[in-house]
Amino acid sequence: MAYTKRPDGRKLDEARNMTAEIGVIPNADGSAKFSFGDTIAIAAVYGPKTMHPQHKQNPQRGVLRCTYDMLSFSVTERKRPGPSRRSQEISKIIEWSLSPVLDLEEFPNTVVDVHIMITQANASTRCAAINAAALALAQAGIPMKDLVTSVSIGKLDKTLVVDVTKEEEDYKEGEGATDIAMTLMSNNDEITSLQLDGKIPPQALKEAIRLGRAATKKIHEVQVGALKAYIEENKK
Amino acid sequence: MNIEETNLTQRRISEHLLKGRRFDGRKPLELRKLEITTGVSKNAEGSARVKLGNTEVVAGIKLNVATPYPNEEESGTMMTTVELTPLSSSRYELGPPRFDAIEVARIIDRGLRESGMIDFKKLCITPGEKVWSIFVDIFSINDDGNVMDAAGIAALAALRSAKMPKYDKETGKVLFGEWTEDKLPLNEEITPINLTFHKIGDNFLIDPTAAEEDSAESRISLALSNWEGQVMVNSVQKSNEAELSILKAEEVIDLAEKTFKELSERINTDIRK
Repeated sequence: MAYTKRPDGRKLDEARNMTAEIGVIPNADGSAKFSFGDTIAIAAVYGPKTMHPQHKQNPQRGVLRCTYDMLSFSVTERKRPGPSRRSQEISKIIEWSLSPVLDLEEFPNTVVDVHIMITQANASTRCAAINAAALALAQAGIPMKDLVTSVSIGKLDKTLVVDVTKEEEDYKEGEGATDIAMTLMSNNDEITSLQLDGKIPPQALKEAIRLGRAATKKIHEVQVGALKAYIEENKK
Repeated sequence: MNIEETNLTQRRISEHLLKGRRFDGRKPLELRKLEITTGVSKNAEGSARVKLGNTEVVAGIKLNVATPYPNEEESGTMMTTVELTPLSSSRYELGPPRFDAIEVARIIDRGLRESGMIDFKKLCITPGEKVWSIFVDIFSINDDGNVMDAAGIAALAALRSAKMPKYDKETGKVLFGEWTEDKLPLNEEITPINLTFHKIGDNFLIDPTAAEEDSAESRISLALSNWEGQVMVNSVQKSNEAELSILKAEEVIDLAEKTFKELSERINTDIRK
């Protein structure tokens, strides 16, 4: 049987309920929270500030440095605190996702630190992390030529769906589950990150990218909504 | 060799590629000379050396008995590590693996695992208690670019050559250094191949030399395999900071499928030799 019904009753191209909030960490130069259903990410931006150690400074432009981690109790089975191979890879993917829209040429020898924590996890954590980080960078006033938006597309047996949950990620029937996490510029058809694992024919992968493009448009509206609400709030 | 390539060299490489040419005379989607040798390290359960031009890597397989993961009580496990050794290039230093090594290991691991070539269920000894654990360890011997794809081929060849060690059921211990005639439970019909495309200007190339690798703006790795008569993509990773348009991504997916079809038979034959 083809996968037609999602456990939580969502349409195939529907993301979970999303929330976005700006300025959740007062100490930071910019911060934001983003959630897809039960998956919640918070991000804080510190900088631009002088890069230490000094040998990592770039005299031509500022450097973006991201760290991603999960709270130990954010998953069903406790995650050992501290960096892992997985978190190091995701941190780098987040850096690559955000770098193309940042313009750090006016800030030589500096670093912009983006620290991201997953406080509660139910799949698509890297996508929530990127969406939160993009908002935090915007609040921090870092020059950006566009916003980026991230989404995970799943292929469950032969069916493409938007924003997979943990339950869907573990789907085993037919061709099983394929998870495709992608980040796109909000106003240009440019991919800033693309990761996949599973089993998908080349044609279906192309469709998945198109579906991701359509899905990020809606997520982008949530991001913009949060930024506008924040500006309104601070006019008072 | 092995110093950072100058801007001048990078420009020359890029200009040449515009005309579809490379310094060593290859076409953009042509591999260097590929040599695969299995059984290169006697004490390993399986091993292979892969040379791609001047690039050389070795992969070895070791098995051990371990407890399974709580969510997969009836499945064996696999762990892939990559070391980019200081012996292989002046760019690498001793110490714990850095991000570039971790990334290669994780990409190769996903390609092998998701292809379904290994029947992890058959690696179960006692459900919930004892399973076989496969260690795929890959070392660079000489890095002249594209260690990534060479590592993937070496891992595949080493896995196919591996023999199960003897196991004492009474004591629950592995008798290291003694082997059975059994091979690992692999589906030999499935040949996962990792192909990394490097984008220079508007063009893609595969199997770059170190100089070409340095000139590339971005790269995207795709692991492909054949599954029930069709080509499947098992893993994708776009790396580096430069963005990639949706149109270019679609182009690279097509190129990957085409290149996989051309290469898989040849690599299969080379491994079986």
